[in-house]
Amino acid sequence: MERRTEYLEEATIRFAGDSGDGMQLTGSQFSNTSGTFGNDVNSFPDYPSEIRAPEGTLYGVSAYQVQFSSHKINTFGDFIDVLVAMNASSLKVNLAKLRKGGIIIANTAGFDEKNLNLAKYNTNPLKDNSLKEYQVFAIDMNSVVAEYLKDLPLTKKEMDRTKNFFALGLTYWLYNRPLEPTIKWLQAKFSKKPKYYEANLRALKAGWEWGESRDEFAVRYYIGPAKLEKGLYRNITGNEAVAIGLVCAAKKANLPLFLGSYPITPATEILHHISGYKKYGVKHLQAEDEIAGISSAIGAAFGGYLAATTTSGPGLSLKVEAIGLAVILELPLIIVDVQRGGPSTGLPTKPEQADLLMAMWGRHGEAPLPIVAAKSAADCFHATIEAARIALKYMTPVILLTDGYLAQGNNPFMIPKLDDLPDITPKFYTDPETFQPYKRDPKTLARLWAIPGMAGLEHRIGGLEKEDITGLVSQDPLNHQKMVNIRQAKIDGIVDDIPFAELEGENEGDLLIIGWGGTYGAIKDAFDKLRLDGKKLSYVHLTHLNPLPKNLPDIMNRFKRILVPELNMGHLKIMLQAKFLRPILSLNKVQGLPLKAYEVEEKVLQLLKEGE
Amino acid sequence: MRNLIDEILNLQESHIYTDPKDYKTPIDVRWCAGCGGYAILAQTQRILSGLGIPREKIVFISGIGCSSRFPYYVNVYGMHTMHGRALAIASGLKIARPDLSIWIATGDGDGLSIGGNHFIHAARRNMDLNIILFNNAVYSLTKGQYSPTSLPGQITKSSPLGVLDDPFNPAALALGSGATFVARCFDRDAKTMQFMFEREAKHKGFAFVEAYANCVIFNDGAFDLYTKKETRNEYTVWLEHGKPLIFGNNNDKGIRLDGFTPTVVSLESGEWSINDLLVHDEKDTTLAFILANMTYNQNLPRPMGVFLDIERPTYDQKVTEQIEYYTKLPGAYDLDALLKGDDFWEIA
Repeated sequence: MERRTEYLEEATIRFAGDSGDGMQLTGSQFSNTSGTFGNDVNSFPDYPSEIRAPEGTLYGVSAYQVQFSSHKINTFGDFIDVLVAMNASSLKVNLAKLRKGGIIIANTAGFDEKNLNLAKYNTNPLKDNSLKEYQVFAIDMNSVVAEYLKDLPLTKKEMDRTKNFFALGLTYWLYNRPLEPTIKWLQAKFSKKPKYYEANLRALKAGWEWGESRDEFAVRYYIGPAKLEKGLYRNITGNEAVAIGLVCAAKKANLPLFLGSYPITPATEILHHISGYKKYGVKHLQAEDEIAGISSAIGAAFGGYLAATTTSGPGLSLKVEAIGLAVILELPLIIVDVQRGGPSTGLPTKPEQADLLMAMWGRHGEAPLPIVAAKSAADCFHATIEAARIALKYMTPVILLTDGYLAQGNNPFMIPKLDDLPDITPKFYTDPETFQPYKRDPKTLARLWAIPGMAGLEHRIGGLEKEDITGLVSQDPLNHQKMVNIRQAKIDGIVDDIPFAELEGENEGDLLIIGWGGTYGAIKDAFDKLRLDGKKLSYVHLTHLNPLPKNLPDIMNRFKRILVPELNMGHLKIMLQAKFLRPILSLNKVQGLPLKAYEVEEKVLQLLKEGE
Repeated sequence: MRNLIDEILNLQESHIYTDPKDYKTPIDVRWCAGCGGYAILAQTQRILSGLGIPREKIVFISGIGCSSRFPYYVNVYGMHTMHGRALAIASGLKIARPDLSIWIATGDGDGLSIGGNHFIHAARRNMDLNIILFNNAVYSLTKGQYSPTSLPGQITKSSPLGVLDDPFNPAALALGSGATFVARCFDRDAKTMQFMFEREAKHKGFAFVEAYANCVIFNDGAFDLYTKKETRNEYTVWLEHGKPLIFGNNNDKGIRLDGFTPTVVSLESGEWSINDLLVHDEKDTTLAFILANMTYNQNLPRPMGVFLDIERPTYDQKVTEQIEYYTKLPGAYDLDALLKGDDFWEIA
């Protein structure tokens, strides 16, 4: 049989099925295998907010999308090349993003009358010629795996459950991926259940053989390894990266870690991970509410811990008073806000960037604090370390902003060596003779830190305005002014301790894009593409939102126009306009979806055209 | 694994201060003349001097309200925090630092209204904390609104026509939430108050003492019936472990259980003798509820003293045990393994 292999730069595959079809597992296996193979990978799980949505329904579809490539990529792909559809509903909801000419691998067992009705199809799309613009491979996966597994002591239901491994095996064949990483994973997973190991292994290989033996698959694809920095890699979600980041930050601070948290989507996985970290000496409290989450963390910080609280929008609203307390107490604290669509309960599982102004100004009184934002799932690790560094060095609460996209998104994380991470060990002040709780380091303006248990340094702090140096309660008007000024100067001064903003592209010119947080991937992919196409364009991505990098005004001054794409109605735009007194263009999207590269591209092209 | 906190704590040279004066701060106490808080402060400073705990190991945490100024007046570590949140902050500190003796000064508004959620959950978890709740049945720092322990009909600035709410019964609330030490005392009796605080200090677990504290400005005399020498013998009954419940000016009355219902009996009529009376047992949780529920019953004397004193593993103990267990297993403190995860690959 004639069979061609096509060589591609990148591809995007989306595994979609019912919530119970194992699509998250299948997708993450494909993603890890591609990473092991040497591709750059970026993936995103997309599952319903219902826990067990009714079977076969349109709103019960669970999907996992992977983009993998032979060059650097930063998003999980705007459009799909291969759609694996395990039932009718999963075809229906995902078809719109499939490229014309793209491949559909459909499990016909999921296209029976019941499934078609649930998907609100009048006729079977696999048979009615409505998919003629695509390449459709329709396979009764349930029957095929049953044939391969018939001699195993399995129920029909157990056999059916291996169909995702059939689909995985077929896609591995299609894209020339090795089976070994998944086989290794199966061995570990089912070391005590050999029959399930055997069943899934056979299903995986059956998928591969199906591709290899059938004439209709005339083309295979090959996507070579990307040129990535040498080192160890793993896939990591933003939430796990924050959790591990906190543990490593504590280690580098030579302090124990405490997390006070209350379950809230999409931040809860951080609590899940941390609560399993007792073997690293980590303490946590699943508190009775959001307020107790941050309050317990403040208590632990008073006791000398590296303390953190994790939350999302509604929880951040509830924590606001306590954040103000941490500001006046001048205790180190990390507040992780995994932003989601709002207001109110809003879109609990979906990303948005509409908490920035709240992080910046959403407290009563003058209560400045530093803000750090992660730009990718893997970057959540480094952003967490940075937040901890600032919190400890400046004795201040720090807000770390991530979002629902970064939290659940999955991308390769270059595993750092602990020794390569910065040492952020704080100093406890030990001299009882000269100790005053609000005496400060003249350089950082951080107040002295002494913790309970230190003899002779007993002191009281609190939420009432402090007298400068002594920390005693003071209602003196000029003292209040002074303390407000000091607290502001302390945060403003951090500007000398954060990296300069990095400018990509033209050093000066017409159009500068300024991004922040989780939109990095989309902006970067669009930016790279436009530059390849010869467009004159520049890009700065901000990790530090407060204070802003020292060189930012200088960079901004070198450009005629500035565009800020963000998933809100213009938060960073307002901040930049207010601070630098110049108009800023914006690309605002609030759909509960991540920003897409093509959206940035279209906006930039439109602006460039207008500028001609 | 040792860290900076262990290193610092190892360097400390402790001294035990035994004079109550050593627990005073140079700050002027700014409560109104005649406030019940003074008695609580004096007895606290007295018992702290007798605990044998170094000053640096003691922490007072408070929320907001008149009572919550307390930490500024005690020369130990202290934190004056947010309205209602003292227990949540203290819980985090206790989990982090089981070596500390942590005290909470709170009031009926701070502890039971805005802080009600933290109160029940800290009790449920048996957080090893010592709570002193100054009950004056009114919001005083905000100048006189009714509180969750104000009585129906009470006239305050926010209830000029009389309070409609029914009050919390703090002892019953604590018991129902799982507190392992529950007691009540009042400002006019320094000796018993001191005794309650000492018992509380020695208790391991969630220890709750409700102290009636007269507010001379906004609710003066609210507890006179139970606290004034002239009336208190008739209107209160002291709970003493292993002893029958006897009260009255001449010790002429007692409490007898009729089924589960406590009733007052006369010891002079000849019908009942001391042998018929209810004998207090601090270890009996069911009895504690019965006694706590006497509180607002007009036909019964108000119980004072220790309702319950039982042992149950504390939250911080359980955290410590889990950590001790898991840090002895293979892979403990192996952050390289944590960083790598289960599935990693190498780009060579």
